[in-house]
Amino acid sequence: MRWLLLKDLQILRRSPLQAVLLIAYPILIALLIGFAISREPGKPRVAFLNEIPAGARVAGGNGKLPAVGVDNRICKQVECVDVADRAQAEAKVREGDVLAALILPSDLIDRLNSLSTLAPETPEVDVIVNEEDPLKARVVDDRITALLAQANLFIAKQIAKEGGRYLNLVVDGGHFEVLGQPVEILGLRAVASILQSLRPAVPGSQRAELDRVIRFATLARDNLDVTAPLIDRLAQPIVVHKQSVSAPTPPLEIFAIAVAATLTLTFVTLLLVAGSLALEREENTFSRLTGGLLSRTGLLVEKIGLGVVVGLAVTLLMLGGVQLFVALEWSRVGLWLAAILAGGAALAAAGAALGAAARDVRAVSLLAFMIALPVALLSLVPSGAVGSGLYDGIKVVTALFPFKPTLQAMTAALDSAGEGIGGPLLHLAILIVAYGALARFALRRFATV
Amino acid sequence: MEAGTQAALEARQLVKRYGEREALKGIDFAAHPGELVAIIGPNGAGKTTLLSILAGTVKPDAGDVSSLDGDVGWVPQQAALYRRLTVEENLLLFARLEKHEDPRGAVEEMLELTELRERRAETVAKLSGGNQQRINIAIGLLARPVVLLLDEPSVGLDPRQRARLWEFVSGLAERGTTVIFSTHDIQEAERYGQRLLVLADGERLFDGSSDALREAVRGETPEAAGRDFETAFVAFLQHRGH
Repeated sequence: MRWLLLKDLQILRRSPLQAVLLIAYPILIALLIGFAISREPGKPRVAFLNEIPAGARVAGGNGKLPAVGVDNRICKQVECVDVADRAQAEAKVREGDVLAALILPSDLIDRLNSLSTLAPETPEVDVIVNEEDPLKARVVDDRITALLAQANLFIAKQIAKEGGRYLNLVVDGGHFEVLGQPVEILGLRAVASILQSLRPAVPGSQRAELDRVIRFATLARDNLDVTAPLIDRLAQPIVVHKQSVSAPTPPLEIFAIAVAATLTLTFVTLLLVAGSLALEREENTFSRLTGGLLSRTGLLVEKIGLGVVVGLAVTLLMLGGVQLFVALEWSRVGLWLAAILAGGAALAAAGAALGAAARDVRAVSLLAFMIALPVALLSLVPSGAVGSGLYDGIKVVTALFPFKPTLQAMTAALDSAGEGIGGPLLHLAILIVAYGALARFALRRFATV
Repeated sequence: MEAGTQAALEARQLVKRYGEREALKGIDFAAHPGELVAIIGPNGAGKTTLLSILAGTVKPDAGDVSSLDGDVGWVPQQAALYRRLTVEENLLLFARLEKHEDPRGAVEEMLELTELRERRAETVAKLSGGNQQRINIAIGLLARPVVLLLDEPSVGLDPRQRARLWEFVSGLAERGTTVIFSTHDIQEAERYGQRLLVLADGERLFDGSSDALREAVRGETPEAAGRDFETAFVAFLQHRGH
């Protein structure tokens, strides 16, 4: 059997395109994944025009709120492209130079200030977009909505903070500036204290009235203390408390690496084994091999071995490439090997079943690709993303093919905080037996088809 | 072949069915050491099925096959070679799979026999059809079989390549190897087959020399018997309803 394995590797070496693809594919995948997960998400380019007059501030009581630094805050979230006027902003959006244009109109602060008057106006910002395709429109909507939500939250917090400061002034006393002149505010705490000290000097007939004033001042002081945090919460009344009912999810970069490794293993192993078995028929060597030199089961084991050996080498090569960008836990290499070997064997057995069913190498390659790609995509559909009936169907389909359990095994092997690897390995063992039996059955009619 | 000589290969009451169709209907057949036997017949007669059963690559539904010491070399109709490997690599691979005691020695022997020593390092894909067939046969000989089965060995070869092929095969028979081949070329069967086995619709119609077949035709359709062997053979089949 080893001579046959050696022969297959020799043939692989003699096919420059195949060999290059087998090496180039994992390197390319490793580079793509590495770049994707080792870099910050790109900021969208947004044309930014601030028409608000310099020095304009949002009013707070008789004063003005501190400058919020709108330009800086917005340009932290997106890559701002300064434009001179609305026409230039529109032109940049139309040409696709920027994703959108955000314009803060000159009356924005006045409208914000009007909110505390009897004639409130709605503050508005102008957004210019080019919704040339649905995906872009969705991206722009999401980005702009998130940006405005952040801006609204920040302004609300500033207002709440100022409100809290004034409330503290009423309770504790202090100084307040009106028209540039400092004004002393006595504060409820001091009022209660002063009245208490004057009480003995007040005639007995008037003490009852004085006690009522002292009681009011004390009550107001104590209860307004409680109000300050309440005002602060008004800016963001609801906070999210997230509770996960599933096992801890792996970090995104670990999941991305596991997906890349599984994709690599899937395509390399499945296509190689299916193609190699079909090649035995194309070269008319199947009958000669199984006519006494080797049993059909032996041939099957050799092909699965070929897939596992090459799949292991290529997947480790890919993981080595990813290591250049992300530090992997090499202490878990034993688990990686277990996941790759079990996944590789299951995928190779599936490849053998396909190879035994198809007529030639081209047909089987196409068939393997047509099956592997949709199953891989279906395996990545999360629960809740589609209807429950459809998801149940997807679960059945993906459980029948080795991609998903291989992905689960790879994720468990790469993620030290994740779920155990035992379940996926057991699942893969069942698939190895099932596909092995299917391939063996298909080989019975292999020579005569 | 003389009576009393032990058969190198013997088949008894072979039956093979593919669904409803009966490809072989109880065929008895024996070949002796050094014999060159041609299996002929119209399309669908069961020639390849019979050879495949004799080679052990297809199991019969009934009947059995026995050989003198168990070694039967099988050369399928189309060259069963790895086209991306060289001549030498192909021979070495199959010698190793045959568990030959000295695989490299066997390769040298086959290169000598096929006169392809000079082209040992060339990939099979670069060889002509005739040379590919010689390697194909050489692989069938690696196990030093007492019986060599050839399924239409000369298909696709030009006249010069055919001549060289039959010279090679006749040499094997002279050295004691029993050679059984199927062919559609009736003149080739007459020229190289010491014995003819005629099959039609899975039945054995004739087993004997070409002269004996011509004699049989002479009794049935004398005008056909006097002409070329192919005409006589067609008349033989027509007389039996094929």
